[in-house]
Amino acid sequence: MSAPIYGLMAEFASADKLVAAAREARESGHPRVEAYSPFPIEGLDDAVGFAGSRVPLATLIGGIVGGGGGFFLQWYAAVIDYPINIGGRPPNSWPAFIPITFEMTVLFAALTAVVAMFVANGLPKLRHPVFNVREFDHSTRNRFFLCLRADAPKFDAAQARRFLERLEPLKIVEVPL
Amino acid sequence: MASTPLIRGRWGYASITDKIADIVLRRPTHWIWGVGLLVTLVMSVFFFGAMGYLFTRGVGIWGVNIPVAWGFAIGNFVWWIGIGHAGTFISAFLLLLRQKWRNSINRFAEAMTLFAAGIAGIWPILHVGRPWFAYWLVPYPNVMNYWPQWRSPLVWDFFAISTYLIVSLVFWYVGLVPDLATLRDRATSKTKAMVYGFFALGWRGEARHWARYEIAYLLLGGLAAPLVVSVHSIVSLDFAVGNTPGYHSTIFPPYFVAGALYSGFAMVLTLAIPMRHFFGLEDFITKRHLDNAAKIMLATGLIVAYGYCMEVFTAFYSNDEYEIGMTMNRFFGPYAFVYWGVITCNVVIPQLLWFRFARYNVWILFALSLVIQLGMWSERFMIVVTSLSRDFLPSSWGLFVPSIWDVTMLIGSIGFFFFLFLCFIRVLPAITIFEMRELKHEELEGRQP
Repeated sequence: MSAPIYGLMAEFASADKLVAAAREARESGHPRVEAYSPFPIEGLDDAVGFAGSRVPLATLIGGIVGGGGGFFLQWYAAVIDYPINIGGRPPNSWPAFIPITFEMTVLFAALTAVVAMFVANGLPKLRHPVFNVREFDHSTRNRFFLCLRADAPKFDAAQARRFLERLEPLKIVEVPL
Repeated sequence: MASTPLIRGRWGYASITDKIADIVLRRPTHWIWGVGLLVTLVMSVFFFGAMGYLFTRGVGIWGVNIPVAWGFAIGNFVWWIGIGHAGTFISAFLLLLRQKWRNSINRFAEAMTLFAAGIAGIWPILHVGRPWFAYWLVPYPNVMNYWPQWRSPLVWDFFAISTYLIVSLVFWYVGLVPDLATLRDRATSKTKAMVYGFFALGWRGEARHWARYEIAYLLLGGLAAPLVVSVHSIVSLDFAVGNTPGYHSTIFPPYFVAGALYSGFAMVLTLAIPMRHFFGLEDFITKRHLDNAAKIMLATGLIVAYGYCMEVFTAFYSNDEYEIGMTMNRFFGPYAFVYWGVITCNVVIPQLLWFRFARYNVWILFALSLVIQLGMWSERFMIVVTSLSRDFLPSSWGLFVPSIWDVTMLIGSIGFFFFLFLCFIRVLPAITIFEMRELKHEELEGRQP
């Protein structure tokens, strides 16, 4: 127990057990609980205390910037920079600018959504302590993992291990840093 | 039909994962796949060879001339971009509508979208005659002091297609990330683990990550859904904004979108039926999936048939002699065989889909999917060519006859499409693995999907 560790990890065989374990861990006062699963599980984000995401807000802003920018680009080019009289149409013939405005809205919103999601998740991050655990390869197949992080205040490895044992996991492993 | 499970047989998380991942990682190549790859590779070589010849000689090698300046290239463009639409429809609309059956077909349908839309994008560039100036469509500050013509549907088209390509690519990639992580963790060699690991971006399936992931994916679905409708609408405006009889029609946007989904679902079936057979995926892509796709084909086919009827009705109701002339020309003119071929392939034969036995017979479905694609390609040809060949002045009428290069490039593009698809099947998981696990989980919980 001398080498510093990232946390203590327990392996489960079913999604329900993981959700129950995560909930119990939070309720018994572990502030930093992480849960890993091979597919999204309803309610697991609540169980680990996920505060909610700002991805939708970022997407909205991205869409507004894209749409506004797209319209501005056309308006600036057609009205300020290079006005051409085509059959007496007004320079600011805005209905004709709508298709591109729409496309730019969608493009910027979509790209922002994806970038915001990855940035908020801290990805790309090819190296992470959890990958040091051999069993963790099954987290993308059929196993569910609960990790109590060691950098939580007042973390006590022995106590954490006792707690995890009570949840009857398949296995408990230390995650080396 | 809700009683039929979406995953047939006794599969668990691990066996689902292994089954789909092993098509990529472990399964030895089948000789039929090899033959297919070779044949489509040869076709691709012809495609690119013809393209090279086109670049050196110009569009004169095609059958196009005045008055029919838009020949195969534009027809092919509309056809390919239409095929792409089904993939986005499946991944976006069916996601928003919580249609769980989409989960086993969305990955390869999105790949189909990417390849089809990419090939579609080539045609206008070839068609402009001087493709090295194609970048003039991009708005950027330049020494020539010019801007694209914002009021032109061709410029809208450029924005619509490029947005569509980028958003489809991103949507597809985001869906792939967790599966790439699976491949990384199951890779049989260090190189594979590194390559898949690189593209998996270090995905580790943490609960908070999944939560944000699902939100972003849903938002992408919501953003891609209007794209499905807008892209082909804008493509149709390339025609409808012009005043040529046969182009100038307000029904074009919805009629084009329905036609796009129609041919796209036909392509989904063309790809799914051999794929599920040769890779043993019948338990994941069940007959229920094929049945659902066939029903969508029937529905969109009826909308297309309505479009045909309305075109004829509008022409006579308008009492416009040019519109009437154009319609009579389609019925009885030099290209009448194309028109009646379209009606036969797109309206008459697909009525078989009303019958359950046809929707559950893979042979009939496969044959129908080919017939519909032939019909939809002919429809594009009919719209593009017959309208131009006889416009207002009889003195300027003329016929279009495709040259050998037109035909080579069309067939070559089809070969290239299948070549890309055959590569895709062996390099990336053709079915979304994590969503199949999720389906299994829901099934275990007793919530019937």
